[in-house]
Amino acid sequence: MQMFDLSLIWALIIGFGVIMYVLMDGFDLGVGILFPFAPDDAGRDVMMNSVAPIWDGNETWLVLGGAGLLAAFPLVYSVFLPALYLGVFLMLAGLIFRGIAFEFRFKSHRNRHWWNRAFSWGSALAAFAQGVVVGAYIQGFAVEDFVYVGGPFDWLTPFTVLTGFGLMAGYALLGATWLIMKTEGRLQDWAYGLAPKLLVAVLAVFAIISFWTPFVDESVRERWFSHLHLIWVFPVLALACAALVWRAVRQRREGQPFIATLGVFVFTYLGLVVSKWPVIVPPDYTIWDAASAPESQLFLLIGVLFVIPIVLAYTAWTYWVFRGKVREGEGYH
Amino acid sequence: MELDPLLLSRLQFAFVVSFHAIFPVFSIGLASYLAVLNGLFYRTGNPAWERLAVFWAKVFAVVFGMGVVSGIVMSFQFGTNWSNFSLAASNFLGPMLSYEVVTAFFLEAAFLGVLLFGRGKVPQGVHLFASLMVALGTFISAFWILAANSWMQTPVGTELIDGRFHVTSWSEAIFNPSFPYRFTHMVLASFLTGGFVVAGVSAWYLLIGRDVEANRKAFSMCLWLLLVLAPTQAIVGDFHGLNTLEHQPTKVAAMEGNWETQTNTPLLLFAWPDKDAQENLVEFGIPGLASLILTHHVGGEVPGISEAPPSEQPPVWLVFWSFRVMVGLGLAMIAVALAGLWLRVKGRLYDHRGFLQLMRLMSVSPFLAVLAGWFVTEIGRAPWLVYGVMDQAEALTPSLSGGMALFTLLGYIAVYAVVFWAGVYYLTRVVRQGMLPDLEPHDDEVERPMRPLSAAHVPFEDAANQPGRS
Repeated sequence: MQMFDLSLIWALIIGFGVIMYVLMDGFDLGVGILFPFAPDDAGRDVMMNSVAPIWDGNETWLVLGGAGLLAAFPLVYSVFLPALYLGVFLMLAGLIFRGIAFEFRFKSHRNRHWWNRAFSWGSALAAFAQGVVVGAYIQGFAVEDFVYVGGPFDWLTPFTVLTGFGLMAGYALLGATWLIMKTEGRLQDWAYGLAPKLLVAVLAVFAIISFWTPFVDESVRERWFSHLHLIWVFPVLALACAALVWRAVRQRREGQPFIATLGVFVFTYLGLVVSKWPVIVPPDYTIWDAASAPESQLFLLIGVLFVIPIVLAYTAWTYWVFRGKVREGEGYH
Repeated sequence: MELDPLLLSRLQFAFVVSFHAIFPVFSIGLASYLAVLNGLFYRTGNPAWERLAVFWAKVFAVVFGMGVVSGIVMSFQFGTNWSNFSLAASNFLGPMLSYEVVTAFFLEAAFLGVLLFGRGKVPQGVHLFASLMVALGTFISAFWILAANSWMQTPVGTELIDGRFHVTSWSEAIFNPSFPYRFTHMVLASFLTGGFVVAGVSAWYLLIGRDVEANRKAFSMCLWLLLVLAPTQAIVGDFHGLNTLEHQPTKVAAMEGNWETQTNTPLLLFAWPDKDAQENLVEFGIPGLASLILTHHVGGEVPGISEAPPSEQPPVWLVFWSFRVMVGLGLAMIAVALAGLWLRVKGRLYDHRGFLQLMRLMSVSPFLAVLAGWFVTEIGRAPWLVYGVMDQAEALTPSLSGGMALFTLLGYIAVYAVVFWAGVYYLTRVVRQGMLPDLEPHDDEVERPMRPLSAAHVPFEDAANQPGRS
């Protein structure tokens, strides 16, 4: 017998990786989404400088998550990717374009407007595609005998389009509150003005999705309404964080709006996870169905447990080095 | 015409992996070269070594960054287009690919920043150590990827239960029969790539008379290296071929264009293999030489392609000609290295303009040779994905339609065309600026970002053409 439930340990690791990715790449994708609407070009420079040193570290979690899924829960990998085939392509294309835009925009003058476009469109596309993934996950997948049997556009429904725009709004809110924390003057004023509007948009989508989800997924309906469940804690906490964002923005606090927005994301995420648990490939397959062989999970676990603390320490150090406000004309070329 | 998702997926994978491969192949060689330069500077204190190290670190930064960007797609390809294979092989493949990623991140997190940005900020010994660790890390990355690939060529140490491979012995599966040969062959190819590119760029600097002292050192060093490595690679390649003959005879038969099992097999210099006719339409070769090379005596028996039924034969024409391109370029590399030795003896190594021009051109050759070599080994195992156990058609994503595969194939070509254009264009600018001091001022506070590309400070366009900014 196995001494530990390795699938459970891996579910925690992957779950942690996903939320780390959403929070960290979320705000820098959000900055990209807001990029074209900035008050002026100098503001755009500051916006990009505020995320330039950290964005690729943020995306580390995506690649780690992708490879980790193949090793620990291969069924997720071999169902999600075929089912989301075209969406995955759009997300990767978006991430690549914004990635190279980071590198070349500052080195470029004549062609700068092209890199601007690559940055904002790429960010928006990647954010939308990730929201669609969330929606498709809630919807579930047509799987027979461990193989995806659905069509190429099953992932594109009104529901997933809504979750796509919802995540775009959410990321934009993260981006706006990040800018409140990291900038000052005109740009910060602009972000202060933007945050409440984005918050309203996020809450509206949040409400629609919450009403809609029980109709999309029976098991969720069952779990939500059969008896008074601990689950209800999470939306309540998420709403409390949203109220905190609202108040903090009105009081023109600098750090609080961002922290509270992180809270909105964390509690929404936990609510989603608990609604589905332990199903990982909806509607039928649990983390144990989707798992790879225990010896494979163990083989990789050793390396990952060694590396994650180092990546975390490195990440924390980078954020520490780049703490404080980003000012015009300074920063990174 | 019906679009075939299998063919399109194969094309897509070939395109993405070929595009990706050229960057790591270069960066593995360059990482070791940087370690050598930093080591020489540490020992001798000669500033020429430092100038070279600073310059090549910039190139390394760009190449490494391009490798990372193009590699992201790779980690999703297996799932999108080859989901049956991913699920079946995940117990082995998953940990291999994950360890590759983990190694790369560990490396980037801990040492790459020090190598690229730490000069003058950390003690010289620490900087050298970081440089050595980056070089080591590139080998470890290659180790995992080639272990995964070699296992697909010569699968051992696993057991197929209910359609999934289960690992029975990690050491057997990782150190499978073709792994040591493939790994050695690939590492040497990386060194040759690094050597020829550095030699080519140094030759160009010598031609235009820039930073002559440092570039003479680099040029001379590379040519010594190539003189040893190019012939060694031929020998290692021969061993690799013998190993392939043992485990994948059909691949070797296709490389030789040998349809029927026969003794006294000729080495074909030119042939036009035709799979439909199951013979070569024309051929011209040296009698007995293939037997001599493969069995080490002229009368040796060489297996023919026809040992496998046509449905289990690879596209012979492509394998045959890719192999000839690789070997031809390898022989050219040996010839060039020998010519360098001749000129060195005559004392004309640095001023024979024809030779310097030739070395400039030769800097492309290792990339072509590496791609041709991968074509041989990858196309040569067709139709198998896991050799003898799982073929490509079984491995394909069942829900994938031809239209979807075509869309993403064209999409990746478009995306990579932009990335490649920007990257190569920028690299040529870095090289053109050369070892001049950076144009833009350095500010210590903003020098800390650990993104590799930010180690290069070359503007994307000529500053003189800058229009008024809006």
